[in-house]
Amino acid sequence: MKTTTYLYLDHAATTPLHPEVMACMMPYFDGAYGNPSSMYEPGRRAKNALNESRERIASVLGCLPGEVIFTGSGTESDNLAILGTARANKKFGNHILISSVEHKAVLESARQLEREGFIVEYIPVDACGMIDVDDVLGRITDSTILISVMYANNEIGTVEPIKELAEALSHHKGRKQFPLLHTDACQAAGYLPLGVEGLKVDLMSMNGSKIYGPKGVGLLYRQKEVNLDPIIFGGEQEQGLRSGTENLPYIVGLSEALVRIESKRQNEADRVRKLREYLLEELQKIIPDMVLNGHREKRLPNNIHISIPYIEGESIVLLLDNAGIYVSTGSACSSNDLQVSHVLVAINQDEMLRHGSLRISLGETTSKEDCDYFIGELSRVVKRLRSMSPLTVSL
Amino acid sequence: MKNIPPTSCDVQNWLYSDIVKDHFFNPRNILLDDKEYVADGIGISGSPLCGDMMAVWIKVDREKNVITECKWRTFGCASAIGSTSMMSVMVTEDGGMVIARAKRISPEAIVERLGGLPDRKYHCSVLGHEALRKAVEDYEQNNARKY
Repeated sequence: MKTTTYLYLDHAATTPLHPEVMACMMPYFDGAYGNPSSMYEPGRRAKNALNESRERIASVLGCLPGEVIFTGSGTESDNLAILGTARANKKFGNHILISSVEHKAVLESARQLEREGFIVEYIPVDACGMIDVDDVLGRITDSTILISVMYANNEIGTVEPIKELAEALSHHKGRKQFPLLHTDACQAAGYLPLGVEGLKVDLMSMNGSKIYGPKGVGLLYRQKEVNLDPIIFGGEQEQGLRSGTENLPYIVGLSEALVRIESKRQNEADRVRKLREYLLEELQKIIPDMVLNGHREKRLPNNIHISIPYIEGESIVLLLDNAGIYVSTGSACSSNDLQVSHVLVAINQDEMLRHGSLRISLGETTSKEDCDYFIGELSRVVKRLRSMSPLTVSL
Repeated sequence: MKNIPPTSCDVQNWLYSDIVKDHFFNPRNILLDDKEYVADGIGISGSPLCGDMMAVWIKVDREKNVITECKWRTFGCASAIGSTSMMSVMVTEDGGMVIARAKRISPEAIVERLGGLPDRKYHCSVLGHEALRKAVEDYEQNNARKY
């Protein structure tokens, strides 16, 4: 039987489920199918597994087990954080600050709040995609109830100064509770410290699908004094904040994935950063006129986001796909709405370069050989597309 | 890198038709070396800011008024590349297209020959006919000057 070689370099889109994580999940699909809300033995056993998962996550985040709310995805966590805090606290104000490079799960939740009468202000970023802490503080008014800034950007990999923002904010607030601070940490998990004691955020979103866990499960850390309205109603699970029978196999998988990835975080971040630097060096050799998007140092260790002049992103992705290499692009032509990525617009990237962007995100299994293979193939693809481009000849 | 054995659900669901795929991976009539090429007419459409741009070079048989060669270069996505390639085939096949007809070639005709395109790709990426029309007009102007 013929086998095909492939190279997956899109870990920022999603990661494969780790076999150890899957093994932990399997019993809960099969014998241990009880509902945690039932009083009898299988129900109690399910409840124990649920509690244990919550405790394991709480120990990674350094929070109370009751501060962990399980959800159905990172998107749902973001929705719950934004919609839930705004609606629950609207008597304290109607002003919300979100960064202009947030994930669509946050952006679209904010748009919904605008329709409900809230005033949303978008925090600008610099050319590297970074917010300015003083600029954020300057935008706070007496009616600001929530600030949401992602921990690390999913496209260009820029790491935002969340800790600095939280510290400045707590100084600014004094003894007041508002504004609350939410961060989307879906991309940060596995590479950046997640302890809420250090980060000093009030709310933090995370999910399974970026940390070698299952898709379709997420969590929201909510500091216990933060008022939150649910967005899903029913049987009052998760303290009434997220009704619906708990998805136990996925919750067990999420906790295992988070504990696992946290235990190897420092080593893996160092390993991947070295590879990334090597890859970047080699890329600069084969495409000297490429532009690196995002911050040069303050970026996720596994992220490379570049713009390649004279050629278009979808074509690059499809030719690489044909060579068994999987990466992604922010090109308008590859998106459903034909809009160029809002992140590239927010960093005010040269319009000539917006169509030729490429995101390469490394993962646990990526090796130096993989990087070499990628460089060889990308070099061929770029040469080929440039030999076809009207922008590389004088017309 | 990993090895995966082929499975029964081998990925076949490509965004584009097999014909688009063929023309994207094996484009016909590309002008690789423009320096040595003497065209009778050149036309450009689109812009890099919009994400799609085509340049078309044609040679014309003056006696018969037909296009004998249609070369091109395209910046854009797979459907932009595939549709320009298909257009270049359409205007040069069967002894070449009469220039009056070439000026009127429609995007619909190109899309039909491609076996269809996703809706959202239809309007933005099929621009080759515009570049072709400009190339023919360029030829006509050049020709008027010469004779």
